[in-house]
Amino acid sequence: MQIHVEVNGRTQTFEAMPGESLLSLLRREGYLSVKRGCEEGDCGACTILLDGRSVRACLLLAAQAEGRRITTVEGLGSIERPHPLQQAFVDAGAVQCGFCTPGMILSAKALLDETPRPDEGQVREALDGNLCRCTGYKKIIEAVLLAAQRMKP
Amino acid sequence: MTKPKSFRVVGKPVAKKDAPALALGAPLFCADRVPPRCLVGRILGSPHAHARIRAIDISAAEKLPGVHAVLCHTNVPRVMRTTAGQGAPEPSPYDFTTFDAKVRFVGDRVAAVAAETAAIAEEALRAIRVEYEVLEPVLDPRQAMKSGAPVIHDEPDAHAVIPVPYEPQRNLASHVDTMVGEPDRAFREADIVLEGEFVTPYAQHTPIETHCCLAEPLLDGRLRLTTSTQVPFHARRIVAQALELPVSRIHVVKPRIGGGFGAKQEVLIEDVAALLAQRSGRPVYLELSRREEFVSSRTRHSMVVGLKIGAQKNGELAAVDLRVLSNTGAYGSHALTVSCNCGSKVLPLYRWPHIRFTADAVYTNLPVAGAYRGYGATQAAFAMESLMDELARRLGCDPIELRLRHAIRKGETSPIFRALGEGSEGVEQSIGSTGLERCLKLGARAIGWKKKWGNARWHAPQGALRRGIGMCALMQGSSIPQVDMGGAFLKLNEDGSFNLLVGATDLGTGSDTVLAQVAAEVLGVNVEQIVVTSSDTDLTPFDVGAYASSTTYLSGMAVRKAAENAAAQIRKVAARLLSAKASEIRLENGSAVAPGGKSVTLARVACHSLYEHDQHQIAGFASHISEKSPPPFSAHFAEVVVDTETGLVKVEKYVAAVDCGTAINPQLAEGQTEGAVLNGISYALCEEYLFTEQGRMRNDSFREYKIFCTRDVPQLTTILVPTYEPTGPFGAKSVSEIGINGPMPAISNAIFDAVGVRLRQAPFTPERVLEALRRG
Repeated sequence: MQIHVEVNGRTQTFEAMPGESLLSLLRREGYLSVKRGCEEGDCGACTILLDGRSVRACLLLAAQAEGRRITTVEGLGSIERPHPLQQAFVDAGAVQCGFCTPGMILSAKALLDETPRPDEGQVREALDGNLCRCTGYKKIIEAVLLAAQRMKP
Repeated sequence: MTKPKSFRVVGKPVAKKDAPALALGAPLFCADRVPPRCLVGRILGSPHAHARIRAIDISAAEKLPGVHAVLCHTNVPRVMRTTAGQGAPEPSPYDFTTFDAKVRFVGDRVAAVAAETAAIAEEALRAIRVEYEVLEPVLDPRQAMKSGAPVIHDEPDAHAVIPVPYEPQRNLASHVDTMVGEPDRAFREADIVLEGEFVTPYAQHTPIETHCCLAEPLLDGRLRLTTSTQVPFHARRIVAQALELPVSRIHVVKPRIGGGFGAKQEVLIEDVAALLAQRSGRPVYLELSRREEFVSSRTRHSMVVGLKIGAQKNGELAAVDLRVLSNTGAYGSHALTVSCNCGSKVLPLYRWPHIRFTADAVYTNLPVAGAYRGYGATQAAFAMESLMDELARRLGCDPIELRLRHAIRKGETSPIFRALGEGSEGVEQSIGSTGLERCLKLGARAIGWKKKWGNARWHAPQGALRRGIGMCALMQGSSIPQVDMGGAFLKLNEDGSFNLLVGATDLGTGSDTVLAQVAAEVLGVNVEQIVVTSSDTDLTPFDVGAYASSTTYLSGMAVRKAAENAAAQIRKVAARLLSAKASEIRLENGSAVAPGGKSVTLARVACHSLYEHDQHQIAGFASHISEKSPPPFSAHFAEVVVDTETGLVKVEKYVAAVDCGTAINPQLAEGQTEGAVLNGISYALCEEYLFTEQGRMRNDSFREYKIFCTRDVPQLTTILVPTYEPTGPFGAKSVSEIGINGPMPAISNAIFDAVGVRLRQAPFTPERVLEALRRG
């Protein structure tokens, strides 16, 4: 079946297989920043923004994205012009293996879009569904607070 | 080597080289490199904990349209080996073959398929008919060696490849014992003897990226494996062994990998992916599901650690007796060496005059244990540091003082270093650097020890809540002495940049960046001038890989030596260009500088040597092995609140002070410590495999096997305590593993401080805490 979506600002038409998850479709279409860590909605590695809200792509059927707006990390920044969150993750030492990083950054973006100056508790709450086994989360939380500070108007 | 006065690149928090690309979500992992029309691999796991395969029929699966290969024990050669990615000959027993006619745990391999889609592959697995003769399983490690227990490895060809005790007919995968002095007499003469049995659970690394491997047949008949591994060179050797091919026919590439922690020191699925690609003639991608990762990959050895310590009333230490029963599960991967580490990374910390150490690793029909960050030291440190806490209380002294008094000091040795190696004798060494005293002092200050320890007001109950504070001291090692080897190659380019080629394996730790810093320090350039290529068996020199806390210390020294070799060649060319003596030329800011200040850029040196005169490639190459395994030291402090009504333990503050020698990159060293500590806290409080009576794991998902999330993180402080290790690159020792060993004893000691009960079985779940409180 055909799915019409906007991904990172571009209108796209994808061919989805019956019963295919949105995670599978996005990876097949080359959005490889969306990671597969459990396919059970538990690890957060496949976090994307759907109409600005952070969701797990493995728990959605591709068909549920029909007519909606998707953001993946590919849509945030480039190597020349990284998004402040991406830069803050680099500067704070929040990237170790990097497998959870795209999901973390998108959960953080959903938070900052709603709450531009979060406190530490709000950051912890917003990232609670994204598992990381490398960092101990400390530098990830610091990175989000650093980005918020840098992004302030 | 002597300590330089100051560093330019070493010791600086240089940004991790791969971090910008990873933050952009660049396609750098195995799963991102799967080519179009690649086949999908799937593995059929055993439903039984212990069974013989009476018959297997794969014909229906083979006939399914879209199925390109089906493997099982009837069509794959039997080559006994180990999955443990260790140096050859491996200290782990050869008790494993790609597919066997017997299954030894729920999830053990029965067959594998490669098909055009995942759906077809799964249909093919369902079409495989297996007739099992179900056998009685061994599920309790304490029963495994009893006479009459079912024999798990009754195959006649299971064997050890180095001369070590191995008795599969008794389910004994390894045995170690060693004795120093006369412990029995010393215990008889001791004023105080304390004893305890400490139980640690089955637990897992849970890298967020599961094990995955892309196998591609190449046009020249070779196989390329792009795989998520910590040990690319061991993977090449072991896959060659399994497929009965020369290593020259296998090319292993490690891309970015999504965490390892020891789980990927195992050559776990590369053999199956390679065979499927070989049989089908097509690229095959094989990735474990999260459930398969839990059940069929590797775990931390669950242990029963018996510990007895003796001391005199005046606080003198008399003797120690450490008895380990380690559950290695269905296969003996790392069984011996993890057991050895229980002694070798814990006993030398204090100056015990009399020592006995025994360790048995037994087979059971449960998931397979393997290498996991801490590697046995984690389990034994729980026992040792808990009993040292008890001893301090018995003596009426501050537990920090007890450690300060008895900890090994600079220049001292321990008989254990010589007695305990990895299946053979160890290597004598004396301590070249220790910052433990400062770790204890700075850590105590950071947690406010003086204000809190023994202070009744601070401990005053608030309703059902009780506060407590606890600590522990730790050591680990840096590489396996006289065993581990790393190589490095470095060449100069026309613009004054260098290509650094290393076999060392960056699993997210940042070792590519650390090694570039070491090279840049020697060569007088910025870290951006060092282009790193790592972990490619066709391109880079050999390295044993990322394990045993070896990369910075060992591979770093190979890089330093290679860079010094290249620097000497640069000086020689520059000497001619500057009309100076080579020995007087310094390399700094991308230039070679003569004593008078006259200089020439490295770009100019490179162009001169490549194009103009006496043409040659300036390149340095070196290998390094270590004669020592210098221990990093650490002191950990935990502050907890225990809810006496619910049994819930909350860690409020945690301080880890660590002496890793020179922290080549302090930000990365902190990151290693924070990650290890949080993993350790999570392990201490909630991580545990639960099994059914038939030996099937009950909690094989993140929903049921809880690991810590952002909301669970306590206030976490890391203090790097610099020392200078003379045998390490620019004074560096290791940092990656030690941090995981502290939380279990530090938290247990803090719980005792809060509520007066000792928790000797981990994790410290509310149920266990309530039960302990009830027993009093």
